[in-house]
Amino acid sequence: MRFHLSLLLLVMAGLMVAFAPLPVPTTTPQERTFEIDAHQFAYSPSEFHVNPGDTVTIQLVSTDVVHGLYVDDYDISIEADPGQSATLTFVADKPGSFRFRCNVTCGAMHPFMIGKLTVGNNSWLYRSIGLSILAAIGFFPLSHLHLRAVQVSFSDRKTKEERIK
Amino acid sequence: MNRIELTRIPFIKNALKSRYPQLAVFIVMLIGYIFAILAGLIGTPVGSHNFSIVFVWIAWWAILILVAVPFFGRGWCAVCPIPLPGEWLQRGAILNPPDKRPKWLNLRFPKMFRNIWLQNISFLLLALFSSVLLTTPNITGIVLAAMLFAAIGLSTVFERRAFCRYLCPVGGFIGLYSQTAPIELRIKDKQICVKCEGKPCYNGSTNGYGCPWDVFPGGLTKNTYCGLCMECIRTCPHDNIAVNLRPFSADLAKPSTRMDEAFKAFIMLGSAIIYAGVLLGPWGAFKDAAYNVGSNAWLVYGVAFLAFIFVILPSLFTLGILNTKSALPLKQRFASLSTALIPLGLMFWVAFSLSFVLTNASYILAAFSDPLGLGWNLFGTANAAWQPMLTSILAPAQTLALVGGLIWSARTAQKAAGEVKVSPIPVIVYCFIVTSLMLWLLL
Repeated sequence: MRFHLSLLLLVMAGLMVAFAPLPVPTTTPQERTFEIDAHQFAYSPSEFHVNPGDTVTIQLVSTDVVHGLYVDDYDISIEADPGQSATLTFVADKPGSFRFRCNVTCGAMHPFMIGKLTVGNNSWLYRSIGLSILAAIGFFPLSHLHLRAVQVSFSDRKTKEERIK
Repeated sequence: MNRIELTRIPFIKNALKSRYPQLAVFIVMLIGYIFAILAGLIGTPVGSHNFSIVFVWIAWWAILILVAVPFFGRGWCAVCPIPLPGEWLQRGAILNPPDKRPKWLNLRFPKMFRNIWLQNISFLLLALFSSVLLTTPNITGIVLAAMLFAAIGLSTVFERRAFCRYLCPVGGFIGLYSQTAPIELRIKDKQICVKCEGKPCYNGSTNGYGCPWDVFPGGLTKNTYCGLCMECIRTCPHDNIAVNLRPFSADLAKPSTRMDEAFKAFIMLGSAIIYAGVLLGPWGAFKDAAYNVGSNAWLVYGVAFLAFIFVILPSLFTLGILNTKSALPLKQRFASLSTALIPLGLMFWVAFSLSFVLTNASYILAAFSDPLGLGWNLFGTANAAWQPMLTSILAPAQTLALVGGLIWSARTAQKAAGEVKVSPIPVIVYCFIVTSLMLWLLL
């Protein structure tokens, strides 16, 4: 009984950590411009952070071959020719952490030409670490109770068998 | 849940006992493998448009790490084409045993190498060059060909499948992780094996060959070294071999005491972390260092790679278990408790591969129609545009894999710690720390 109650509590705590809405800091949306230098096989800067609601302008400058920039989940992209720049403007309306990557085959390591855009907080990371903490901490009492529950059911069965005999 | 014997189902048993279904798959695989070698050597140098890169490192890798290993253990080894030409040469036959076998050297593999250290080394060698290997078709072609010729060479010198058992860089980690799979090949009744004369499952008979993996099925207690080749099902005169469905990670209940296997767990865990940082991270300098083989930066990368796997990860683990009270020597505790890292390592690879595979899977369509990158359009999909798939579920799926892996490892740590009579807490804390690092790298 205690085992099932503890398991239920742990699952509920896990669901809360995974899905409970987090407080969103109120910030006035701004216009943000980033000049990103693309070269084989990296972006510079390779990480940038904006607030939810910001209007983001990316000026992609390619310094060697043709490169692209595709933002995961936003499903938007641009391409820049060597020595040229291309501009992409979008509203950062989805919070979280997103990889951006080259979408024009640019050489051997092309599939790994990756950068990172964070809009607001990287809540999935915090939630995931929260779940890991919960899993590690909750594991001990739960497994202890499970062991006791198994022992109790075993001894109950034994007593019943002895009574029948 | 107990075992369910799958070989009780006549269809499955007949399919496994007959050589023809396996041979059909073998032939398809061998053709694909040879084509991958040729595509690597003569096809376009653009990796994302070459069959060898797209089908080996995206399609095959996805099937291997996301499906075959977690659910079928060494299922891939059962259909792997690499040992075939050598084995056919060694046996002097493709199907049933011939009346007269060819006279190759047929030596026993040297005793000092009868472990998985050579597999650990071969995996690390490929891992150090992985950025080039994963992206350069001719290097992939050369490595695939080298593996095929190494397997042929070893088959002519040593008995059985020496390459698979002792040298294959992939076979080592498949064996390690196959312990978590819900499939096993085991004997039904030990007494029958004890009384069995001639032990045809190990020595061979007119019905089939002696175990190619150098395993006596009567002594099988874990999946690590059973290649699921099904020879013993064909040779057993007492119908005493079964393929069972079982709970996940059943083999891990009894932890290993071998250092080669313990270090395999660290090698795989460490490699997944390094790849997540280097290949999928936003740091260009790391990618440059990993790719420019022979440069000073690559040497630093190589030393850091090996130090992380052989010094940092094992040292932290040892520090954690150092003060656990036990009558057992530290070495034995280290080997036994590192069993807990096996499910975690597998889930690290699942999480890493999800990201790599889902973003690059769309290359498969184009490579299918134009495998050599020569402008063909065999099936009308050559111009399929690159498009990452399911990126919106990637983070939740990776979280599920990593947190699930942590819980699975914590449970395994508890069982392993129970066996060696120490506290599992340091191992669980260690697993939590490396899981947090992996989460930070991937999310």
